[in-house]
Formats: sequence, C-alpha cells, structure tokens
Amino acid sequence: MSRRAEAAMAPISNTVARRLVYLVLVIFAIYYLAPLYVMVVNSLKSLDEIREGGILSPPTVFTLEAWIKAWDTAQVGVTAGGLKIYFLNSVEIVVPAVILSTLLGALNGYVLTKWRFRGDGFFFGMILLACFVPYQMILIPMARTLGFLGLQGTIAGLVLVHVVYGIGFTTLFFRNYYAAFPNELIRSAHIDGAGFFRILWYILLPNSGPIIVVSVIWQFTNIWNDFLFGVTFGGFNSMPLMMALNNLVNTSTSVKEYNVDFAGAILAALPTLVVYVVSGRYFVRGLMSGAVKG
Amino acid sequence: MSETGVPLADLPASIRPQRRTASGWRFQGVLPKLVLAPSVFGVGIAVYGFMIFTFYLSLTNSRMLPDLTFAGFSNYVNIWNLDTWNTSLINVAIFTALYLALCVAIGLGLAILLDQRIRGEAAFRTIYLYPMALSFIVTGVAWRWFLDPGIGLQNAVRNWGWESFTFNWIQDNDLAIYTIVIAAVWQSSGFAMAVFLAGMRSIDNEVIKAAQIDGATPFHLYRRIIVPHLRPAFLSVFIVLINLAIRVYDLVVAMTNGGPGRATFMPAMFMFSYTFDRQRMATGATSAIIMTVMVAAIVVPYVLFELKQDRQS
Repeated sequence: MSRRAEAAMAPISNTVARRLVYLVLVIFAIYYLAPLYVMVVNSLKSLDEIREGGILSPPTVFTLEAWIKAWDTAQVGVTAGGLKIYFLNSVEIVVPAVILSTLLGALNGYVLTKWRFRGDGFFFGMILLACFVPYQMILIPMARTLGFLGLQGTIAGLVLVHVVYGIGFTTLFFRNYYAAFPNELIRSAHIDGAGFFRILWYILLPNSGPIIVVSVIWQFTNIWNDFLFGVTFGGFNSMPLMMALNNLVNTSTSVKEYNVDFAGAILAALPTLVVYVVSGRYFVRGLMSGAVKG
Repeated sequence: MSETGVPLADLPASIRPQRRTASGWRFQGVLPKLVLAPSVFGVGIAVYGFMIFTFYLSLTNSRMLPDLTFAGFSNYVNIWNLDTWNTSLINVAIFTALYLALCVAIGLGLAILLDQRIRGEAAFRTIYLYPMALSFIVTGVAWRWFLDPGIGLQNAVRNWGWESFTFNWIQDNDLAIYTIVIAAVWQSSGFAMAVFLAGMRSIDNEVIKAAQIDGATPFHLYRRIIVPHLRPAFLSVFIVLINLAIRVYDLVVAMTNGGPGRATFMPAMFMFSYTFDRQRMATGATSAIIMTVMVAAIVVPYVLFELKQDRQS
C-alpha cells in the first residue's frame, strides 16, 4: 500500500474549476484568519480609534498601550495587576503537570507493550477511559478530595488533577508508539542482563523523541487552555490564565476596553500558538492519535 | 508457573525473563506491575471511584455539602421539571447537531479541495487548523466582540456606508445559539479537515488510478471510491466532536455566559451552576450522570471497538 504524500493526480483538472477551488480555499482562509486579524489589529489601537474606525480597519497609530495594560495593570476581578501573575500561575501548573503525566505515560506504555502480563489489556482499557469521562462527573468528589488533602485552591492541587486526567492520553500515545518498537532489541538487551529500567533508559527513551514531543505538546495545549478545572479547583492564589482572561473580559469597568481584552486574549493564546506554528506536525499527530487509531 | 503467579508461557517470548537468581527474577516480575500501579490506582479512584460517588450523590438530597442519606431516584424525575434543564438540553441538541454537520461538511469539503495538488497546501492547512491550538476562552473572547453589534462586524459594515446592515444574533434570544455554533465550528472544523485529509492520503494510489483509467469523473471518484474509504475517519471525527459538544462549557461562558436570558445555557453550565452556585449538589450530580450517559452511549462502543481491533492485531 503506497501512502500518498500528496494527491497522485489532481482529480479536478479543468482550469476554470481549479480557479474556483482556489477561490473557495482563500475565502475559507479569510474566515479562519478574520478573528485573529481582528484581535491583533485592535490590540494595537487606542480605544478611540476602535470606536471611530471600526473593528476591521488597520491601526493608523500603533500603540502597545493595551498590551502593557493587559499584562501589567488591567483590572482582573478585584485586583488590578494585569495578567502577569496568572500567566506565571499557569506556567507553574503546566510545567510539572506536563512532565509528570508524560513520564507516567511513558512508563505505562513501556509496561503495557514490553512487560505484558495477564490482564494488562484490562488495565489499559481502564486507564484509557480517563480520556473520555465527562469532567462534570468528577468535579464534586474531586473538590471534596482536594479539600480533604488540603490542596483545594492550590497550584499543587491543579497539577495533581491535570496529571490524573492526562494519564489516559499520554499512556495511549506511548503504548501505540512502543507497540511498534522491535521486541528483538529488548530481548537481546535482556539476555545481556539489562533490567527493566536500563532497557527503558538506554534503549527505548533515546528512540522516543517524536512521541515525547507529541505528548508534551498535547498536554501543554490542553492544560494551558483549561478553564473548567481552574474555575472549580483553583483559588485566589492559583488562578490560571484562562480564568483570569475571562475575569478580565467580564470585569465591569466604566469604559469597556476592547483593545485590552484583545491584547489579553492574544497574550493568553501566544504560548500555544507559538508551539503550533513551530511544531505543527507534532501537534497534528497528537490530534490524530487522539482521534484516528494512532 | 513462576513465583510471581504469572505463567511464564503467557509472557511473550520477547521479554520472557531469563532466570538468573530467584530474587532477581521475582523483582523483575513484580516491577512492571509496581510501575503501573500508581496510574491504575489514581485513575481507579479519580475516574471510577468518583463516578460512583457522583452517582450516589444523585440519589441523595445533598445541597451545599454531601449528605449521604439515600433518597431514591426523585432527582431524576424532578430535574425534568426545571425549565433551565430542559432549555439547556434543547440548546445542546441544536448545538451538537449543527456543530457536527457543519464541521463534517466544511472539513470534508476543504479536505477534498486541498487534495487537488494545491499550491501552498501546507500554508492552507496551517491556517485552517490553527484555531484548534486556541482555548475556548480565547475563541469566545474573539467572537464575542467580533459579533457584538456595537463594536464588531455590524458596526464595521455600517461604517463602510451600509447603514441598515444588521447582524445582532448574539443579542437575540432565538439566534444567539447559532453564534456559539459559528465560533465552535471555526475552532474545530480544521480538525475534521485534518482527519479527512489524512484518511484520503492513506488510500492506495492504485485504486484511484484504476478508477481514473476506467473514466470515473471527479465527482464519481469521490462519491464512490474516496469518501466510502473514509469511514474510520468519519467515526473518529464524530466521536471526538460529539464528546466536545456535549461538554461545551468554556466557549459559552466566554461568549454569552448562557445569555441572553437562558438562550445559550448548556448542561455543563447547569451542572456547575446548580452544584457550586445554587448549592443543589444532588441536582448537579444528577445532571452530570445524564450527561455521562449521553456521552457513554457514543464512546463506549468506540472503546470496545478499539480493544477488539487491538486483540486481533
């Protein structure tokens, strides 16, 4: 079976039809780009210019005022310190949560493919369901449990929650990846006396680059973009960025500062956007593994 | 039988441990299970245990705090007397149907168009898919102001001179739900495109060439050969998107916060609001169970299918 890197021959070959195809593609490109354009352009305008010139025209006077305000001084809920504190909160949540869930996923995938035991399929199915459980199902008991552990409203609590519900995906990624890894290599290493961790460390992990990237990007995007867990389990000192952005937009001030809202939205979107643009290939692969049988 | 209780013969030959010393082997036999144990334990409690707990709560009269006195299934009857619940179910049904239909139609259409040896295909793909990297909150903020009549599209078109142009769906009780659809489709249709395109690219070239030699028109080629080959892709897109649709929460919070009135209220918002704001925890738990049954009706067959495929390979 030859996989097609691109269409073998263009099924639509008529010149007029091809022009139409390009036209439709461009129209849709505009649809996808329009909101981003609106956000960027208006974040660089002053409020007066937005009101007078409308939301679609490019700025006549560029100003970074809205960006600085969104980052540093904007009113978010009851405090006026911009988004910077919450940006840091999100970083403090995302970094350990991504590392831990990816590590656990790698270990699980390794056990489930190279150290199989009776009933391992059952455990895999069981872990896999963590990907699908509607979070509404677990909000109440998780809030109680975090309260009991003294973790409600803390960064550590949010890390724990993101790790537990991220394991399903990371295990799926690594399991499918390691399933394709030749068993002969593992066997010969074992005959040479290498144990469980030596085989993982010296043979599998050095060959796991791509799937580590997929797992890290997937987890990073999901956790960075999370809102529900942040709202339910976060507290005043652990409020993640998406929650702060929502508060920023909904904080009633005498004048609605659209430019600050837009700047804040871009600030919040920037990390995942950069990851997507820099390594879109891996991003797509993560999406696919989550969807198509990877 | 080995000392660990795992029959050696059951282990794949690839990793069947070489017996060195009794204790070394015992350790190597238990170690994988020890490594897996924290995840199984964590998921066991945080998914399965919590689901049981929530189900039990739905059978109580818990309000602000869990009250474990059994109260029967009355919540499952009473919830249907709540207008907010009925409204949110109707909303999520409209939303899910349109969201699915539009994502599949746009995704499939764009995938077919991109499959025509398009110059700049990679750039188009990047543009169509990037919204998937944005959070629903960011998506909501962008569309909320973009569709706001006072500042957004309507205002811009009026500034251009078309004074009577009106596009105020987001403030209209009957039409606001469609603005949520527009934003959600914007966010996720690129994903459907990517899955369909990958599906098309995995079809054997020979099949397509043979059909073309036989004189199949482009329309027939897609209708009879390529789209039927995309069945697994359709399944994936459906399941992922239905799963997203029933849980939709952040997007609505950021765009309309359920309004105007209750026009865009969703089950996920109902659950949150009844549990944490109105202190009617049992009703919140009940709504969570009903949502889960809806998702499970779709997802469980998929997981079973995955496991079956897995056993065959």
